Order: sequence, then structure tokens, then C-alpha cells
Amino acid sequence: MGLVPERQRESTIGRKLWQINWSFVLLIALIAGVGFAMLYSAADGQLDPWSSRQMARFGFGLVAMIVFALIDIRTWLRYAYFIYFASLVLLAAVEVTGSVGMGAQRWINLGFINVQPSEIVKITLILALARYFYASRVEDVERMTHLFVPAAMLAVPVFLVLRQPDLGTAILILVTGITIFFLAGVRAWIFVATGLAAISAIVPVWKFVLLDYQKQRLLTYLNPESDPLGAGYHVMQSKIALGSGGLFGKGFLSGTQSHLSFLPEKHTDFIFTMLAEEFGMAGGLGLVGLYLMVLVYGFFIAVRSRNHFGRLVGMGVVAAFFYNVFVNIAMVMGLLPVVGMPLPLVSYGGTAMVTLLFGFGLLLCVFVHRDVTISPGTADGNY
Amino acid sequence: MHRDSDRYRMFSRRAAIFLGGQVVLLSGLGARMYYLQVVEAERYQTLANDNRISLKLLAPPRGLIVDRFGRSLADNRQNYRLILTPENITDLDKTLDSLSAIVPIGPNERLRIAREIKRRRRFNPIIIRENLEWNKVARIEVNAPDLAGIGIDVGESRYYPGGAATAPILGYVSGVSEKERTGDPLLELPGFRIGKAGIEKTQDLALRGAAGTSQVEVNAFGREIRELQRVEGQPGAEARLTIDYELQRMVAARLGDNAASAVVMDIHSGEILAMASTPSFDSNAFKRGFSRAEWRDLISNPRAPLNNKAVVGQYAPGSTFKMIVALAALEKGIITPQSRFFCSGEMELGDSTFHCWKRTGHGSMGLVNGITQSCDVYFYEVARRTGIDRISAMARRFGLGSRLGIELPGEKNGLMPTRKWKKRAKGVRWQQGETVLAGIGQGFLLTTPLQLAVMISRLANGGRAVEPSILRQLVSFGVPEPEPGELPQFPEIGVNKNHLRIVGRAMARVTNSPIGTAYRARIKNPEFRMAGKTGTVQVRRITKAEREQGVRKNSELEWRDRDHALFVGYGPVRAPRYAVAVVVEHGGGGSTAAAPIARDILTEAQVRDPSRGRAASLSPRRQPAGPDEG
Repeated sequence: MGLVPERQRESTIGRKLWQINWSFVLLIALIAGVGFAMLYSAADGQLDPWSSRQMARFGFGLVAMIVFALIDIRTWLRYAYFIYFASLVLLAAVEVTGSVGMGAQRWINLGFINVQPSEIVKITLILALARYFYASRVEDVERMTHLFVPAAMLAVPVFLVLRQPDLGTAILILVTGITIFFLAGVRAWIFVATGLAAISAIVPVWKFVLLDYQKQRLLTYLNPESDPLGAGYHVMQSKIALGSGGLFGKGFLSGTQSHLSFLPEKHTDFIFTMLAEEFGMAGGLGLVGLYLMVLVYGFFIAVRSRNHFGRLVGMGVVAAFFYNVFVNIAMVMGLLPVVGMPLPLVSYGGTAMVTLLFGFGLLLCVFVHRDVTISPGTADGNY
Repeated sequence: MHRDSDRYRMFSRRAAIFLGGQVVLLSGLGARMYYLQVVEAERYQTLANDNRISLKLLAPPRGLIVDRFGRSLADNRQNYRLILTPENITDLDKTLDSLSAIVPIGPNERLRIAREIKRRRRFNPIIIRENLEWNKVARIEVNAPDLAGIGIDVGESRYYPGGAATAPILGYVSGVSEKERTGDPLLELPGFRIGKAGIEKTQDLALRGAAGTSQVEVNAFGREIRELQRVEGQPGAEARLTIDYELQRMVAARLGDNAASAVVMDIHSGEILAMASTPSFDSNAFKRGFSRAEWRDLISNPRAPLNNKAVVGQYAPGSTFKMIVALAALEKGIITPQSRFFCSGEMELGDSTFHCWKRTGHGSMGLVNGITQSCDVYFYEVARRTGIDRISAMARRFGLGSRLGIELPGEKNGLMPTRKWKKRAKGVRWQQGETVLAGIGQGFLLTTPLQLAVMISRLANGGRAVEPSILRQLVSFGVPEPEPGELPQFPEIGVNKNHLRIVGRAMARVTNSPIGTAYRARIKNPEFRMAGKTGTVQVRRITKAEREQGVRKNSELEWRDRDHALFVGYGPVRAPRYAVAVVVEHGGGGSTAAAPIARDILTEAQVRDPSRGRAASLSPRRQPAGPDEG
């Protein structure tokens, strides 16, 4: 493309910092703050062991987020595949060296930090798919043959994560990928056809792929009261905690269910329950409202972008974030099976928090570089 | 740029659809929140409270049992229990090894402990030993650093200062068996004990008190976090008995190794001052439990240590019954005090010969001498003329032959036969020979030592229907002390006072006349002089052949073939106050085996005079007049 966009000029770092959407950063910090408070409460009114460490990670993630935002979006475009493959290597490495946590191989030790590659893949997949689709014309996307490569890009990490086995994350990666396909303009009938094919695959998957504990979780999800002291116990206690919280809750640090240990995993997967027990429906809706603001912000950042790569990356990050939020909250309310999914920005957990902030870094990067236009082929170096 | 605007439009549309979908799904979460936290809130609040609040029962302290002067007969002592808390133990075997140096722990016990640890939550202590001796408690506390997870805890256990001496009256407490569960949650408490015999059993509900409750907050593992509310229970009522503890101990000691029982009673009030039964058992032994062998010995011992023989034992009254026969005959005018019969040493009736205990015979006998010397032939004749129905009717007026309603379990009826009774129970007609035997208190007749004590009391108190009692009052905790009750006014039994006086004079001669059967067991102190009657009950049939070769002496017989020895008496003769009945199973003769015991008991009772306090608390006009001197 010969046209030079009028605003396409090299910005200084200072100018870029100015460009960052600081109100969005504030919003993120606000949600993380809710998390710190809840972790403080989960430790019975103490910063140790969770709240303080979570703050440190958030601080680290926040810096990384700003750095990511300042990196030129074209650089991200150029290294998108490389980053994706690097993350796949990590994911595969888990197979070999990963340590077992909570009955599944999910962690890899990088010396200074334990990394959960399946979390990282959520973000790198967005980059890879966005890079693939950024140059596609509307007509290209409508062709089936054009979809084989991105389908493979999606299938490989889903398969690797399933092997860990981590059904929840696998489905989340799958759904995020499918959302990008949808945003990229894949025809509706393809989704319908794939959906039908998937449904017909349920029986063989149930028989040959799913492990017993995954089946058990799905079954108790369907009727949690059937086994109140067994697998359904967590959901039952979570519902009791939520319900007994009522409209305005039992007060900060006063959730009986959480503080008397009836609530499992209150600092990780079930932290939303604790919030809703202590602050009631008002508190729960408040947090959901904050999440909705992030989603709406993300939407406007994405549609405001003048390059398709940025749009897909932005909306992809929003999608991954949304699914995370939705699955976690629906899970603690007994609407979805318990799959082991932290609540974004709030639950205690290093990798999830940091990778999410990497994602938001990309979203901010899209915002900072909203007026950059990229012609196809730029990724190969000639921009 | 044209191509990009197409894509842009498509992307924006699809992104908007996606955002719409997000909003719808999040609204769904909001609706779910509304359902759980508003619509169903109440239900979940209840569930949350059920989760965290657990109601604990607090066992009330068991009521004390005290004697008539307030001395403790049963109380609650601190019970040092050795407990082990699994969560504080790192190496069970090592800890138990070091503990074994102080408290030996066998391999079976180790297995039991290991089993209990598996069964229970790790913070629930396990009881290893109860009733730990103080020196062991001290050694364990000193060695505490080496015994992490081992602790001492203080519980309550029942203690009976009198031990075996009071056991027949008090009974014992022990764990609740499956059958005894009534649904009262108190009975489900681990370690809760209920009365199984004696006063502990009959007054169990009052002694038990009411359970308190403690609402505790528990966490998901059942560990108690804090107490929310506490409602104190009602301690059990104090049972005040009529017993004089010191006299009781003396009586039990005096009975010694005999299979015997004795009852000391106030003849006016009916209060039981002592009631002993030997051999006995140590009520305190029940808290540590018995070995199988010990328990077998206890229940199969022919001397029945678990029975309170004073109310459960039934014996023919023997010659102690002669006063009743005499009174029946006098009342019906069949004899007068002056009537005389000749005792040749035996009496022929039809084909049978009835022997007097004195083979050579007593010669011409009147009523007073008949009793004094316990002439059998005299009473054979009187009974034959009076008839069994009249004798039985008189016996019943003196409290024989039916339960007296004492506050003790298992009281027996005894038996006063009539012609009708035999027809109904045996289907055979009454034989005159049986009436003759009844004249000397043998045959079908059965009485309990308690009934004998009541009989002698009614003889001594001028014919009032005094009824025995052993429980004076129950004093509930926090309820004002009841006024000391007035002595019950017992009705007359309608026996001619003159007849009673004659019988009384005869009984005084039994012990105080040189020809009396119990002269050697008399009380010499004139102030405390005793009246009474001996009885010797044959428990085996003496065959004709044996009689011809000479009746063997009791000392030559097997224990279980020897005669029962009885004595009933009262004192002081001048103004009767205390009655005593003594039965020594297979003791031999009443005059040699029972009378000396009765003498010692009655002397002690009069010296101690336990009724004195009671009498003083009563207004003088209500005090019943003693009978005339017999």
C-alpha cells in the first residue's frame, strides 16, 4: 500500500505513555483491589499469606502490562507466530517435566517462577489467530480451505491442554478461538455444522476421552444435592454461602461459611462466593458491574482500532476475559460444573493474574496504536 | 481501504453481537444471584446456621445421696482421665512406648487406640484410661514434654464412701445399655451413667437432673470454634435417706462374712436406720468395670452378693412367727393367756408326727412360756385350733405377705398362705398338717427381713401400721429447703392392747429370763434392755431314719443344708424405739447365730440413738405414745 496514514508516525515513549487509557488501568486496579480485600478476609483478616503476595504479582503484572502496551503493535504482529510456538513448546514441556498439582499436570518450573503454560496459551493463541486473519479478505474467510490452518492452530493447544488433563481450560481456549473465528467473519453455517458434528461426538468422547473424575464432575453438576458430602459438597456449600449472604451480606470478615472452612478453595476458585457472602447480592452485582465495564471498554477499544490485527487481538482478549469471568461465577453459583477456574484479577494465583495483565497489555497496545494502519505483508518486514 | 471497511463493518457487527451476548449472559448471572440471595435467602440462611451451630448437651452433675445427718453416701469425685489427642501426635508408637513406662499399655489396648484414631476426627481426644491414680497423674504431668498429645482431663465419677457397706441400699451407676435408651438425648452422651440398682435406680430420674445445652459454633471439620450460648442444666436432686451411716457401717461389719441381712427400723416413724446385706459388692468397682471372671463370680456366687437380701431375700419366719399365731388365737378367743397344753416333745396328727425342737418336751406350757421357750408343740396345737386363714389374716395386719412399698427395687411379696390360695396356686386342698407347720412359721410361709422388721415394730409400737421408708426427702437444687415433715400418723391395726402387752412380756422374757431361748444374748445394761424372738428355720427335711440315729448338728452339715438363723427384737424394753430383724442364711440356730448379732446392733442403735434429732424436731403432742411396758 502506497498510502501513508496521516497519523502514522513514530511516537516517543513519553507520548505513548500519555496515550495509554489510564482510566482503564484504574478500573483494572479497582478489581484487583477487590481481590486484595477478599484475600485479606480469606486469611481471617491478615495480609499473609495471600493478599500481600497477590499485590506483588499485580505490581509486576502492571509494569509488564504497561511495557506490553508501549511495544509497537507491528512488532507484536511480526512475532505473533514465534510467541505462539514458544508457548506451545512450554505446553508440551509440561508433558515431560510438569509437576502435578491438584491431580493434573499444569505447572512448569522456570527456575524463578512456576508457570502454567495453558494460561499463557490463551493469550498467544489470540495473537496467532489475529495474525492469520488480519490479512484475510472477507471472501477468503468464507472459504473452507482458508480455515484449515487456523483450525489446526486452535486444535493443537486444545489437545495438549486436554492431555494434562484440564478440561476447563481446554474448553475455554476452544471457545476463545471459536469466538475469534466468528469475529473474523467465518460463515454462520460452518459454526452450525461444526456444532452438530460436536454433538454427535459427545458419546465417543464420553466413552474414550473423559477421565472418571471429569465425568463425575459433570454428573454431580447435573444433581449436586445427590451427594452432599462427596463431589457435590463444594457447590452445595458455595450455594449456601451465597444464599445466606442475602441482599447485603454478613459483613466484611464475617462470612460464616468461608471463615469456618465450609467453603472450599475460598481464596481461589470460590472467592466470588466469599465476596457474595460477605457483601451480599449488592457486592456480587458490584463486581459483575466492574467486569462489564472492562468488557464494554474492551469492545470500544477494539472497534476503534484502525487495523484488523488490533481489532481481533482486542476483542480476543475481551473474549478470553469474559469467558473466564462467566465460567467462574456460573460455576460457583451451580450453573456450570466445577472445572477449576480462577476468577480473573481477584482469585489468588500468579500465572493467571500475570498472563491476564499481559492480555490487557495487548489491549492497551491496541488502544495506543489505534490509528496505526497495517497493510498485509507488514508482518514480513516491509512496512 | 475499501476492503478494510467491509471487514470493519462485518467485525463491528459481530463484535456488537458478541457484546450483546456477554450482557445477556452476565444478566443471567445477576438473575441467578437474585434467585439465590433474595428468593431463596431464608432457606440458605437456615442451612448456613445448621452448618455452623451445633447443639451440645451438658451432662448435669448427679444428685448427692446423704444419710439422715447429711453425711455423704454417694457423691461425685474428680476422675482423672488419660486422654490422647491424635492431631498432636507425630509418632504414635513412640509416644505410647514412653507412656507405657508410667501407665502400662498392652498390645490389645494399642490396637484399640489405633482403631479409635482411625474412626474419629483427629482433634477429638480419645480416652485411654479412667480413674488415674494421683501419683500417675503427677508423673505424666512432669513428663509432659516427652508426651506430646497425651493429656489429663478431669471428669466426674460416682464415689461411694461406704463401699460395700452401703452398696445394697445405694446400688450403683453404670453406662446406659441399648435397651435402656428412651430417646432422651442425655442417655446418648458418651460416658453418661444411670442407676442400675438400689436408690440409684429407684430415684434415678430425680438424681439425674436436667441437661443443659451449649450452642457452639463449629467449622466444617466439626472443631469447636466458640460457644454462642449456654443454658445451664439443673443438677440432680439430693436424696436424703433415713439411714444412719455410722450405724449402717457397724451393722454391715457385724454381719461379717455371713450370708446375712439385718434391718434396723424406728418403730414409730418406720424410718430405716440401717439395712445391711452381706456379702456385698463395692459400688465403686463398677466405674472401673469388671473382668469377665470377676463378673461371673459376682452373679453366680451362691451367697448372692448383688442382692439386697433384706428386701429380695425370702425366708420362712420360723419361730419369730409365733407371736402372730398367738395373737390370732387370742383375738378369736381360741386360747386365753392362761390356756395350757402339754408338750411331750412331739405331736401326732393323723399319720404324721410333729416334733418339738426339745426332744424331751417342755411339759405343761402356757402362752408366755410357750414363746419364751419357743415350744413348738404348744404352737402346733394353737395353730391347729385357730386355722390357717385366721393366722394369715393376722400376719397380713403385721405387714407380712405383701410388698411394703419401700423405695428400693425388686422388693419381694413373701407369702402368707390361705386355703383359697393353695387351691388356686397348687390345685390341691389345704392339709391340716400344713396349718400345724405354719404354727411354727414353716411350710409355705415366706417373709423378707424387712417384713420381719415391720412386724416386730408393729408389735412394739402398740399396734400401729407403721410403714417402712428409706428415702426421707428429695431436695432439688435451687428449691427452698422443705420443712421437716411431720411424722406420719399410722392407723391402728386393731389388735387388742392387752394381748400385745402379754406377747410383749413374753418377748422380753425370751432375752431376759434364764429360761428364754436368747438369754445368753441379752443386753445387760438395764437402760437398753432388749425384747425379741429367735427363729430357726429348717431348710432340709429330717428323715425318720436320721431322727432315730440322732439329728445331726448344724456344724456337721454342708453350708447349704444348715438351718437359717433368725432373730427379731426391739429395745429398749421400757420405752421401745428401735426394732431389728436379723437373718443369717444357713447360720444354724437363731439363738446362737442371729441373737448375738441383733444384740450388738440394737445396743449400738440405742447408744447412738439416731432418731433423737428427728424426735426433737417434732412438736411433742404429735409424738406417738410408746406402748406400755411389756
